[in-house]
Amino acid sequence: MYSPGKLLSIIIITAVSSASLFSCKPKSAQSAISGDAAGKVYVAPGKYDEFYDFVSGGFNGQIGVYGIPSGRLLRIIPVFSTHPESGWGYSEETKPMLNTSHGEVPWDDLHHIALSTTNGEHDGRWVFANGNNTPRIARIDMKSFRTAEIIEIPNSAGNHSSPFITENTEYTIAGTRFSVPIQGNQDVAINTYKQNFKGTVSFIKVDPSSGRMNIAFQILTPGVNFDLSRAGKKKSHDWFFFSCYNSEKANTLLEVNASAKDKDFIMAVNWKKAEEYAKAGKGKMVPVEYAHNVYDEKTHSATSTIEKQVLLLDPKDCPDMIYFIPCPKSPHGTDVDPTGEYIVGSGKLAALIPVFSFTKIQQAIANKTYDGTFDGFPVLKYEAVLHGEVKKPGLGPLHTEFDNDGNAYTSMFVSSEIVKWRIKDVTVLDRVPTYYSIGHLSVMGGPTTKPYGKYMVAYNKITKDRYLPTGPELAQSAQLYDITGEKMKLLLDFPTVGEPHYAEAIPASKISAGSIKIYKIEENAHPFVSKGEGQTKVERKGNQVHVYMTAIRSHLTPDNIEGIKVGDDVYFHVTNLEQDWDVPHGFAIKNANNAEVLIMPGETQTLKFKADKAGIFPFYCTDFCSALHQEMQGYLRVSPTGSSVALSWGTGKTNPTDSVAKGATTSTKN
Amino acid sequence: MPVIATIVLCMYACNATSNEAQKASEEETLVGGGQSAVQDNESAKDVVKVAAGSKDHTTLVAAIKQAELVDALSNAGPFTVFAPTNAAFDKLPKGTVEDLMKAENKEKLQDILQYHVFVGSLKADYLQDGQTLNEVNGGNITISKKDGKIMINNSATIVASIPASNGIIHVIDAVLLQPSK
Repeated sequence: MYSPGKLLSIIIITAVSSASLFSCKPKSAQSAISGDAAGKVYVAPGKYDEFYDFVSGGFNGQIGVYGIPSGRLLRIIPVFSTHPESGWGYSEETKPMLNTSHGEVPWDDLHHIALSTTNGEHDGRWVFANGNNTPRIARIDMKSFRTAEIIEIPNSAGNHSSPFITENTEYTIAGTRFSVPIQGNQDVAINTYKQNFKGTVSFIKVDPSSGRMNIAFQILTPGVNFDLSRAGKKKSHDWFFFSCYNSEKANTLLEVNASAKDKDFIMAVNWKKAEEYAKAGKGKMVPVEYAHNVYDEKTHSATSTIEKQVLLLDPKDCPDMIYFIPCPKSPHGTDVDPTGEYIVGSGKLAALIPVFSFTKIQQAIANKTYDGTFDGFPVLKYEAVLHGEVKKPGLGPLHTEFDNDGNAYTSMFVSSEIVKWRIKDVTVLDRVPTYYSIGHLSVMGGPTTKPYGKYMVAYNKITKDRYLPTGPELAQSAQLYDITGEKMKLLLDFPTVGEPHYAEAIPASKISAGSIKIYKIEENAHPFVSKGEGQTKVERKGNQVHVYMTAIRSHLTPDNIEGIKVGDDVYFHVTNLEQDWDVPHGFAIKNANNAEVLIMPGETQTLKFKADKAGIFPFYCTDFCSALHQEMQGYLRVSPTGSSVALSWGTGKTNPTDSVAKGATTSTKN
Repeated sequence: MPVIATIVLCMYACNATSNEAQKASEEETLVGGGQSAVQDNESAKDVVKVAAGSKDHTTLVAAIKQAELVDALSNAGPFTVFAPTNAAFDKLPKGTVEDLMKAENKEKLQDILQYHVFVGSLKADYLQDGQTLNEVNGGNITISKKDGKIMINNSATIVASIPASNGIIHVIDAVLLQPSK
């Protein structure tokens, strides 16, 4: 039997044997957990967490939803990647969501999320997420916890500086990580980077009632790498701040060549002005191709439309719109405090954290306190816009979040710690170790105008020995801290899926009441819906066969289908007739090359099955639904091409011969 | 339980009295050290472990410990560490090292050691004549390259380069002193 005591003593013996080198390990790297920590994270059975924490999944292309303070995984929301658990990307209805101008992309990299806000406060409507590799922005509906829309970003590569939103969710923003040739001939030598490569930042308008996105305009920028961005708040509402690295414009070995200058930049964009220029016709429509995919909850189906043009603003025609702020050493996070006055640039290779003042930025612009130009754009004088520098904060500052008491919390990758500092006098107040090599951090409501504080989560990049080993790959480790006191206190480790980057937590009350439980069957407008067993049928159109099927505890209708021929494409349109929360049905058929589908109550989903061999193909419900779940099954008979077996279907009737009447069924009318 | 008590004492031995350690074990549970505490004898050695395995770098390793940089340098990096040998430290004026090792000079020691570390893994091939590199403490070093000999700040020569799991160590024959700003 497994004995924790025995395991512990083995670990300790190993520790002692190699203790000589590290016997004087710095106390700073150790952390003590106080006796009441367990009580602070314990959510009793049947009780709910205080916060939903929406956590980007990084390379898995999904979003994980966790409860805070328990750290329990509540849901995985597939966004840019197929997801077997829900059939996302496998059902005919969801396949268009993963379509791009390059065809289907089944797996992308989702780094950042942003929760919709009104007046800078969470409104509990949508989550926005970026597709990093094939540039896209997604909108997830917080009522259904499903991806509702995905829009591809043209003239972009490496959509990293995204999908951050303006204060009232007027826009979600997408900035290019990679500059690339934009428009015209794109088949150029890579070493012509300085002449030919440009960046863009895209402003995607969000419809205030439907949430529907469309690219309002793009701004052409110098060929730097945009890393992250944040919108202004309150007084800085009209502005957007983008961190940029590689102002050296290197195109190879960036590890060395993009670290040559002492300072890179934060690019400040007056988006209100950009909006005016766009309205005034200063931009021009340029030819592009990008996919715009929308999931309709009434038809339970997605459509993918390829758009052909986008409005491009060239700053040459739009003066006083863009300014560059010098920022030390390849800034990563650029974060705006809840008041909108302070912009924190975290230069990941810098030995300090500069804090810029929005008021001083405005004064410098008004007084033209410039320090030369960058690619023709005014560079504001560093000292003139600086509020202060946090000196020696730690090593490798990456991201900063805020509480509601004027404090900032910055993650330090190299020194594996979070540093709490006061914005007013840029003084370090406290530091706690993280395990290990923290990337992002999240204070509850940290990016909003009214942070909730209370808890903070560290999302670490390296796990190593924090959990029981699981081979070379380990779940990423997150750590929960209590930040109610002067000292930050570690409460809990919890594993996360994928590799979290940005995460944002919202009080449960802002979402839970609006969470939908079922799709109403009478509102189902799917073209192949069966709103009752009486509407089930099988139709042949050439070599396409459409099975209008229903699922309800505990049978599928029809469950005996004959007359399918080798070479047919069979579409099983399965409607879940249940109107009962948390009673999905699944559908799988032997030898289907397209896995399975899962159907929510009231929903219709379609599995495509290619009949390529004669024989009997059993099908069944894959989601345990009732005591007779195991009886919820049926058979499809596939006959050779040219066979005379007639199309027939039914449930509850044993067909005596091959020549049963077409459409025989004994199922009751719904 | 006696085994556990022993390890708690060991962990605190440098910083706390045994009374304090006992008190801590009653109220609090230690939840781990930094990455340097990870038990792993299979992975390639990181820059700290490589340096610790060198008999020519005992002064440097002692200084890294004193400056509490063991964990930082055990992290993912990547780092380029310019590692002065014991002989290089011996070239400093008498008493300099002893002075830096005093508790009250910890920040100064950290600053000096961080001046020897660049975030980024730079093989000797990547070092170019005239190149400046911004070090972890914020100061710059200048590389010169002549006839295959690589010097830092025209004062220290790279005598060997040793790859590590989280970067590379360039062994140098003099301690780098930051030019006054």
